[in-house]
Amino acid sequence: MKAEIATTPKVIVRDLNFFYGNYRALKDINLDIAEKMVTAFIGPSGCGKSTLLRTFNRMYQLYPKQKATGQIMLDGNNVLDPKQDLNMLRAKVGMVFQKPTPFPMSIYDNIAFGVKLYENLSRNEMDERVEWALKKAALWGEVSDKLKQSGTSLSGGQQQRLCIARAIAVKPQVLLLDEPTSALDPISTAHIEKLIDELKKDFTIVIVTHNMQQAARISDFTAYMYLGDLIEFGDTSTVFTNPKRKETEDYITGRFG
Amino acid sequence: MLTLYTRRRIINAVGLLVSILAMAFGLFWLCWILLTLLTHGLPALVPAVFTQMTPPPGSTGGLLNAIAGTLMMSLLGTLIGTPIGILAGTYLAEFGQRGWLAPVTRFINDILLSAPSIVIGLFVYEVYVVHVRHFSGWAGALALAIIVIPIVIRTTENMLRLIPNTLREAASALGAPQWKIVSFVTLRAARAGIITGVMLAIARISGETAPLLFTALNNQFWSSDMNSPLANLPVVIFQFAMSPYEDWQHLAWAGALLITMSVLTLNILARILFRQSATTH
Amino acid sequence: MKSTFLNQARLKQQVWLDMMFRGLTRLSAFGVLALLLAIITSLVIGSMPAIEAFGFNFLVNPEWNPVTDEYGALVPIVGTLVTSGIALLIAIPVSFGIAIFLTELSPAVLRRPLGIAIELLAGIPSIIYGMWGLFVFAPLFADHVEPWINDNIGVLPVLGPFFSGPPMGIGILTAGIILAIMVIPFIASVMRDVFEVVPPMLKESAYGVGATTWEVVMKVVLPYTRIGVVGGIMLGLGRALGETMAVTFVIGNAHELSKSLLMPGNSISSALANEFTEAVGELYTASLIELGLILFFITFVVLSFARLLLHKLGQREGQVT
Repeated sequence: MKAEIATTPKVIVRDLNFFYGNYRALKDINLDIAEKMVTAFIGPSGCGKSTLLRTFNRMYQLYPKQKATGQIMLDGNNVLDPKQDLNMLRAKVGMVFQKPTPFPMSIYDNIAFGVKLYENLSRNEMDERVEWALKKAALWGEVSDKLKQSGTSLSGGQQQRLCIARAIAVKPQVLLLDEPTSALDPISTAHIEKLIDELKKDFTIVIVTHNMQQAARISDFTAYMYLGDLIEFGDTSTVFTNPKRKETEDYITGRFG
Repeated sequence: MLTLYTRRRIINAVGLLVSILAMAFGLFWLCWILLTLLTHGLPALVPAVFTQMTPPPGSTGGLLNAIAGTLMMSLLGTLIGTPIGILAGTYLAEFGQRGWLAPVTRFINDILLSAPSIVIGLFVYEVYVVHVRHFSGWAGALALAIIVIPIVIRTTENMLRLIPNTLREAASALGAPQWKIVSFVTLRAARAGIITGVMLAIARISGETAPLLFTALNNQFWSSDMNSPLANLPVVIFQFAMSPYEDWQHLAWAGALLITMSVLTLNILARILFRQSATTH
Repeated sequence: MKSTFLNQARLKQQVWLDMMFRGLTRLSAFGVLALLLAIITSLVIGSMPAIEAFGFNFLVNPEWNPVTDEYGALVPIVGTLVTSGIALLIAIPVSFGIAIFLTELSPAVLRRPLGIAIELLAGIPSIIYGMWGLFVFAPLFADHVEPWINDNIGVLPVLGPFFSGPPMGIGILTAGIILAIMVIPFIASVMRDVFEVVPPMLKESAYGVGATTWEVVMKVVLPYTRIGVVGGIMLGLGRALGETMAVTFVIGNAHELSKSLLMPGNSISSALANEFTEAVGELYTASLIELGLILFFITFVVLSFARLLLHKLGQREGQVT
């Protein structure tokens, strides 16, 4: 199926299939991701929502025997083109994971790590960039006096915001969030949800979540997936209040999943 | 007549008693050996041991040249072996998912890990000593390096495998090239474990005797020339202990105590270090 | 902002660095294979004169005479195998007991320190075992144990000849015992690690039907880990075969084939340690190197077998859990 979207699409997915060895984990996915909006993927465990997210920056390529076919157009370039430079792609598409993944270095270096890969900044410019990213991630107030401390010394919620700061510091165009709050307490979750709402002014955001309320709260568009199929895709209020498909309704009302 | 249940309980009690005895048996030797070392070694451990050279039979002396030689060769062996070991271990853990090289290397490495060290000495003799026509400190360091490599490969690979894949993905998601991911993120996260492995390797080589017999040989005098035969504690202990001279045997005990204490201290330090880093993460 | 991504030169440099780094690690891994090949090649080349002179006869000839330049490896080969055999005979049950104690019986507080103590026993340099064996163990053994062996076992009909001889303290039996003490920690720690992979649920189900600890060990833990236990034993055997210093001190270094285990003998590694630097003449040296080659071959086979078994256990563990 194809979804109709009014706004400009940033990412266009066409006939996407994904294989783990011989197992087909995504089946002919077609969808458009709107620019500077939040798009949520929901569905029961194993439905392929994380797999779909990980095709956007070809993260699956780290592992042998995983492959994707079809097209994912980002600014007119096919991400899945074998000639696509991976590092360049990943500088444009940031990602935050289920569990916080601070690098074993200081808070400052965690953020500078990605920036240094692509830009030659002076000491001052780098300081400014780190401050900018930490402020964007609503972490500056808590860590401004301990930038030299190890990133692993922060609390779980702070670590996750550090990872978001690290991802946005390289100024990507698309930000992929793979269940970013599933390992966090409710207060940290609320922090991050508020942050996502702020960030969509600057970035196109795609979030995978298995928390339906979260999808309803923060996303503009929602895609419901089941067993590798995209069952329904549309703007969030429609999907949640007036779903077109019976399967979606069953899942959302909790009769299934 | 015993009931079945009583018989089962008796068998259980006997079996468990035997296993407790086995544990005691193991500890008994450890204590006995350490006790022997202390009673023979401590009285012989006089200041002269650290200030004088190995003596000719019948006169007094120390182990200074042997201690220095052992330190030099162990240091060099570690410096040569560690980088190679870390690089190869990195290959096995980070790049070796596809192809035949990684599984074959892993298998061979596990065998080299417990290969007889005297054969390593023989090998270095054949490829190095024979060609330069003299025993030397370099040959000794080379033999020790060959012993270090498999140990460091093993621990590097094991430690890198403990690093969760999400950390690699996170670095990769920023667009970092692989060499940066490995050297700045994963190897760094595995640092404590790898250092532990290197310390265990140093502990292992500082007591190795067999591979030095045909490579560094021994030298009765002070020498800091790596290109000449070099005195070292294990070989001195071997020669002095096997000799009929009392003075030499005393020095051998002093050397034995020194080596064992340093090896055990290194072992324990390595464990403490590893444990500390494991709890702070 | 766009311009930052157009830094093509930098990107190319990264790709190049990536290839360099990958190549360097691959080269190091390859070095391990090259090392093995180099060891085998150099030993074969070094022993060529002996191989040409004696051929297959080298393996079965008990003669070892530097004066007549006639060499055979039978005595050291037998010595190596017999001492290692004695070591395993003692070490297997003891290590098994230690592993059971550490995994099933030990109070939680003691588990770690005792485990470390056993591992420390493995860390003590082998030369220390040798010295201790020569100066402490051998005299006691000669004064108190060997006379008893002579009087009690030496008179038995079949076993007798193996256990009679002058009580000298040094000899094949002493070397075997010292080796046993050395390999116990190796075998015990592998067994302990292997026992720890048994899923707790499996053990709990056995306890759940009322099995005793001993029954759980014998009927659940041991069958489940059988392959790994054998692998651990093989690993210990590999150690024992190649061990040099602990044996050299106490084996007696006699190139004689004797029925009695109380008599001095020789092993491959101690023949090398004692004679190699003093060997004169091409044939003498080459024969010693051939001994090294034989030792490497035997340990290679034993260790390969051990690794294959442990690998198999690892795979099964992966399937079960």
